[in-house]
Amino acid sequence: MIEVKLKKKLFTFELNVDLTIQGNDFVSIFGPSGAGKTTILRLIAGLDKPDSGYICVDGKVWYSSKDNIDLPVRLRKIGFVFQDYALFENMSVAKNVEFALESKKDSGYVDELLELVNLREYKNEKISLLSGGQKQRLALIRALARKPKVLLLDEPMSALDWSLRATLQDELLFLQKKFNITAILVSHEISEVAKLSDYIFVIKNGKITKHGKPQAIFDIDTNNVNIFGTVIDKKASDLLGILKVLIGNSIVYIPTNKNQFSNLSIGDKILITTKAFNFSTKKIILD
Amino acid sequence: MSDFLLPLYLTFKLAIIATVVLFFIGIFVAYFLAYTKSKLRFVYEALVNIPLFLPPIVLGFYILVIFSPASFLGKILEYFGIKLVFSFSGLVVGSILYSFPFMVNPLVSGFRALPKSLKEASYTLGKTKLETFFKVLLPNMKPSILSAVVLTFVHTIGEFGVVLMIGGNIPGVTKVASIAIFDASMALNYKLANFYSLVLSLVSLSFLMFVFFINKKFVSNDRS
Repeated sequence: MIEVKLKKKLFTFELNVDLTIQGNDFVSIFGPSGAGKTTILRLIAGLDKPDSGYICVDGKVWYSSKDNIDLPVRLRKIGFVFQDYALFENMSVAKNVEFALESKKDSGYVDELLELVNLREYKNEKISLLSGGQKQRLALIRALARKPKVLLLDEPMSALDWSLRATLQDELLFLQKKFNITAILVSHEISEVAKLSDYIFVIKNGKITKHGKPQAIFDIDTNNVNIFGTVIDKKASDLLGILKVLIGNSIVYIPTNKNQFSNLSIGDKILITTKAFNFSTKKIILD
Repeated sequence: MSDFLLPLYLTFKLAIIATVVLFFIGIFVAYFLAYTKSKLRFVYEALVNIPLFLPPIVLGFYILVIFSPASFLGKILEYFGIKLVFSFSGLVVGSILYSFPFMVNPLVSGFRALPKSLKEASYTLGKTKLETFFKVLLPNMKPSILSAVVLTFVHTIGEFGVVLMIGGNIPGVTKVASIAIFDASMALNYKLANFYSLVLSLVSLSFLMFVFFINKKFVSNDRS
C-alpha cells in the first residue's frame, strides 16, 4: 500500500493531495494540463521536494517532513517512465537495460526483458535507430528492470499515434500484471485512463476533486458500449444538434437533442454510449 | 633540437599541458555552473569570463604582481621551491587562467543542452551523482567536450600578452612561438616570423576544421 500526503506551493495554486493506493493496483491521476499531475509523480520519486508531507510505500517511509526523513531518489525503489523516454543515446538498446541492473553481466536476464517487449533482435542497435513505439517499450522495460516497488508513468504515450497507443496500452497492462507492481499513470487522455485504471484520482488546480473506480468516475454502464470522444465542432438544425466528434483518429457526426447540444462546447470530452448490440463488423484489408 | 624549432616545441608543449590540466578543472567548474541554484551564480559566471574582456596584458600584469617573489603568495610558493615568474610553469598557470572561459563556456552549454530527464532517469535507476556524471552526462556531450578542448588548445597557441608579461623572452624556457614572431619582426627577420606564423595558422585552421567536421558528423548521426 502507498500513502501519499503532499503539500507544495506551485506557481498559481497550492498542490494539496492525499492519496491512498492499494498494492498492485493500476492507478491514474487524471486532469487537465497544469493541474499538478506530473508534480505529484516527481514528488513521489524524490525529483522535487514538497513543502511538507508524508510518503510511505509498503510500510517504509520515503519522506516525512515531520520526522525529517527524505530518502534520495536512487534509494527509492521506483521505475520512472519519462514523457521524452530519457533513453541514453551513448548506450546500445541492451546497455540501457543493463545500466538499470544492480549486478551487471547477467546478459540472460537482459535478453529475457528485451524479449518481453519484442526488442531482443535490436539489442545491439543504437537508440536513434528505434521507432517511437520501440523507444517507449525500451523506456518501460528499463524502468521495470530493477523490479521497483512502484512504476511511475508520466504521460508515456503522448508522443505516439493512436493506433500504436492501443497496442502499447495492452502491453503496459500485461507487464504491470506480470511484474505484479503498483503503477501510477499521469494522463489527460480519458480513453487511456478508463481503459487502464483500477482506480482514478481526478485532479484540478492541485486538489483531488473526485476519486473512485473508472465506472463510477466516468459514469460508465458496463452493459453498454462506451466510446470516449472530443467535440470539435457543432451545428444546430431545427430539431437536433449535430456534433462533430473526434474518436481516436476518426471523425464521427453524432446527433443530440437540443438540451444536450446547448450544454456542450467545442473541446469538451464526451462519453458516447450505445445500447443496441446490432453491430456488423468487416475486416479491413490494407493495400 | 635546433634553436629555430624550439619556440614551436614550447608552444605546443604549453598548449597540451594547459589544455589537459584545464579540462579536469573546467569539467567540474562547468558542472557546478550549469546546475547550481546559488543566487551568486551571476558572480561566478562573470569571474569565469573575465579573461574574455580583460586585455591579456592586464591579466598578465596582475599574475606577475600576484606571483612575484615580493608578494605574499609568491613568498609562500618560493618557500616550497616553486617559481612561477619567468618560468615555464608560470606560463602554464597564466595560460590556464587566460583560457579558462574557452574551456568552461562550451562545457556549460553542453551540460545545459542535455535534457534534465537524462540525469533524473539515471537517479531513478539507482545511480549516484558520480556514476551519472561519468556514465550518462559526459558521454552524451562529446561534441561540446571536443569544442572546448580544441578551442582551448588553439587559443593557448595564439596567446601573447599574458605569456610576455609572465614569462618574458627566455630562449628555450619561455620564448614561445608568438613571442618569437614578435622578436623576429622587430629584428626585421621576416622570413623567420613568416615561418612561425604560417605554422601557427595552419595548425589552428586544421584543428578547427577537424572540430566542425566531427560535429557535423554527430549532428547528422542524430538525425538519421
